[in-house]
Amino acid sequence: MTELSADDIEALAVGAWILGTGGGGSPYHGLLNMRRLYREGLRVTLMDPITLADDDEVAVVSYMGAPLVTQERLVDSRLTARSVELMEGYLGRKFRGVMAIEIGGGNSIQPLMAAAHLGIPVIDADAMGRAYPEAQMTTFAVDDLSPAPLTSVDPRGNEVIVSRVASWSWMERTSRRVCTGFGSIAATCKAPRTGAEVKRWGIPHTTTKAIRLGKTVMDANRRHQDPIDAILEAEQGKRLFAGKVVEVERRTTEGFLRGKAALEGERHDRIVIDFQNEWTVVWRDDAPLASTPELICVLDSDTGEAIGTEMVRYGQRVTVIVLPSPEIFLTPRGLQLVGPRAFGHDIDFRSVFAS
Amino acid sequence: MKRIGIDVGGTNTDAVLVNDGRVEAAVKAPTSADVTGGIVAAMRKLRTQTGDAADVGAILIGTTHFINAVIQRKHLNKVAAIRIGAPATMALPPFCDWPQDLADLADGGVWAVEGAHDYDGRRFMPLNVAQVRAAAREIRQRGLRHAAVTAMFSPLTSADEEAVAGILREEVPDIAVTCSHLLGGIGLLERENAALLNTALIALARETIKGFEDAMRDGGVEAPLYITQNDGTVAAAARATKLPVYSFASGPTNSMRGAAYLSSLKHAIVVDVGGTTTDFGHLQNGFPRQANAVVHVGGVRTLFRMPDLISIGLGGGSLVDAAQIAIGPHSVGFRLTEKALVFGGTQLTGTDIAVAAGLLDLGDRSRVAHLSPALVKSVLKRAQTMVEEHVDRIKTKAGDVTLLAVGGGAFLVPDRLAGVKRVVRVEHGDCANAVGAAIAQVSGEVDQVFQDLPRAEAIARARAFADQRAIEAGADATTLTLIEAEDIPIAYLPGNALRVRVKVVGDIEARARSTRDARDVRHQYA
Repeated sequence: MTELSADDIEALAVGAWILGTGGGGSPYHGLLNMRRLYREGLRVTLMDPITLADDDEVAVVSYMGAPLVTQERLVDSRLTARSVELMEGYLGRKFRGVMAIEIGGGNSIQPLMAAAHLGIPVIDADAMGRAYPEAQMTTFAVDDLSPAPLTSVDPRGNEVIVSRVASWSWMERTSRRVCTGFGSIAATCKAPRTGAEVKRWGIPHTTTKAIRLGKTVMDANRRHQDPIDAILEAEQGKRLFAGKVVEVERRTTEGFLRGKAALEGERHDRIVIDFQNEWTVVWRDDAPLASTPELICVLDSDTGEAIGTEMVRYGQRVTVIVLPSPEIFLTPRGLQLVGPRAFGHDIDFRSVFAS
Repeated sequence: MKRIGIDVGGTNTDAVLVNDGRVEAAVKAPTSADVTGGIVAAMRKLRTQTGDAADVGAILIGTTHFINAVIQRKHLNKVAAIRIGAPATMALPPFCDWPQDLADLADGGVWAVEGAHDYDGRRFMPLNVAQVRAAAREIRQRGLRHAAVTAMFSPLTSADEEAVAGILREEVPDIAVTCSHLLGGIGLLERENAALLNTALIALARETIKGFEDAMRDGGVEAPLYITQNDGTVAAAARATKLPVYSFASGPTNSMRGAAYLSSLKHAIVVDVGGTTTDFGHLQNGFPRQANAVVHVGGVRTLFRMPDLISIGLGGGSLVDAAQIAIGPHSVGFRLTEKALVFGGTQLTGTDIAVAAGLLDLGDRSRVAHLSPALVKSVLKRAQTMVEEHVDRIKTKAGDVTLLAVGGGAFLVPDRLAGVKRVVRVEHGDCANAVGAAIAQVSGEVDQVFQDLPRAEAIARARAFADQRAIEAGADATTLTLIEAEDIPIAYLPGNALRVRVKVVGDIEARARSTRDARDVRHQYA
């Protein structure tokens, strides 16, 4: 059990944005909440999932909704804590700790906010290892763990418990409807997990990984070293392409931001990256170079800062790197949930790390 | 119509007289600490060149005074911050992400009230009028006279901000209120920050603009006064007094507008090479393209209309490192005429290289005769590469562009560049900023989310709102033209949500006697 410092949380915000792989929303509001809570004297400890007892229970939290609405409603640490309390009340039991469903983007900081208010540790794990656009794209769904119950709260005192659903996609439909009713944003506590489930199906040490990633970039920039080299070395990643953005195409369909960005290298070679909120497949001459579930990160070539699919634009100098996927998503069931076909690309997944 | 355009820069105050679209006189005077002294001096110089200024129809001033006040933490007044949206948003109260030193100067207290709307126009909570009245009385008791009002989703539904502003004015005599919906789009903290900064500058803006008006009167000019804004348009003095943040980036903007006008080009990349820095911008329809991203001002995150600019350390005064074949970012700045080799100094500058290359005839050429042609060539090549790279960065799509080169250091921009169709240089290019002020128009802008509407109809509705705002800001309704229309689909919202940004401009509505003149000017640059 280690106490997180204020600097750790600053680094977490930087690293989580990179792990957002183009989406996941900005961690900025979560970071502001944490700065305030630390100023008020609250602290957060991080707990290694290996030390969980099999029958411990862990809360799983995230904000759900439209990033645009978050920009106006802002993020409120007390709401996240309230969604966990509501779940405890419903279950009649207390949680041992709280973990993120999604370490990529703004949801990475959600468990810290709940933990600070409730005085329980953050479990150093998540269920995506990055950001994904749909609630069932998790390691928990790989094993068909129960998607219910779920609690959903808004700031006016509206609270909904989804006690039972027929499937993960019914959970997406039902909870999305509640979220829309609240104004397209809700703090949610997802189906609780036992210590055994977290140890078996959670992706361990992703909070630590995001902090390490953030520190790598911040340190490299401070020392005027190449932050991308530093990331690749620290995370065993692969540099795929460096060039500039020459074309961007965006559209929203079925509530997702879809499109593609074309990049041109110094020798006029060209790649295209498809996205659905997050980067999904990198193409060269209609052949896939890299794809989900491996992490496709588009970084500013100078600063190493992640570039999101909402912000990518012509003329940016970027480097595309790929980071390894959690093993669980490389299984047949994992690839069915988050492989290229889950995003409408009829190709087989092939790892960039395969020799 | 005769117009006087004035640009108050860090070093010089430039002034031009433009008559029926022609630049008739251009002068420079040193900028004074109080700003107005430099303007008075420039006006006096202008009058010695042009005679009586009684028939001037408008005076248009661009100044960096307000942004400097924020950066230097000077002349700021206390602000009462009212946030509408409780119980939402309150975890991150006003001033929560400000640098402490700046918050200490501006934070006069924070009040949270229930109310506001959601993205689809539905009420979030009823406005709690009792809370608003209580807040207003407290503000009065504390002696605060400046307030910023921010409601959740106010760019889409501004009713609550307006209602609260009305109550504040009833309860607190002489209070100045800034509503955030006038300043920015979606992004509550950033929009609120713009409103807070704006409010903190109100006392200074009143004093400064009154100073301008006094200077005009002393100079014997009775024309209406306009202040230039970040987007290359102007606001009448009375309105500008209420919106000082809108003049934050008027310097580079005026240069770009002036360059567009002097060249008659509407679409081009502009490179403005000064003594220390070079600014790159993108002209679209004769106006600087706006940045659609967060801009930090004095350490505060804001989001309001600012031109999309790239600035690099390259200029006529840039120091040259002969060993590394490097130029900039360090510069001799305004000391060029004592430090540069051609002026008898000891520092090798960009100007010396240009003189050695025969691009420029300045100072004593024999003092750079010893520079090897190879060095001169490689330094110029280095400057060229820097310009080429940043011209490409400011582009929005591939393809060769027209490059407008202005500013005192434009000699560092060669006639042939990669990615550039042609390089255009203009007469009076060294006072493009003051010309940009002189020819400025009035704008109206809308940034709103529409749902369940065909795209064309959403844009048409936005256009109608923008027209109305331009007319309110002093535009002649018959001259309005659309200069920017952008629509962005939004993720995770039901009903095909579309965010539409539209901007129109029109000529300053002329007084009855000069209506015909104003039309003539318009045709000159149509």
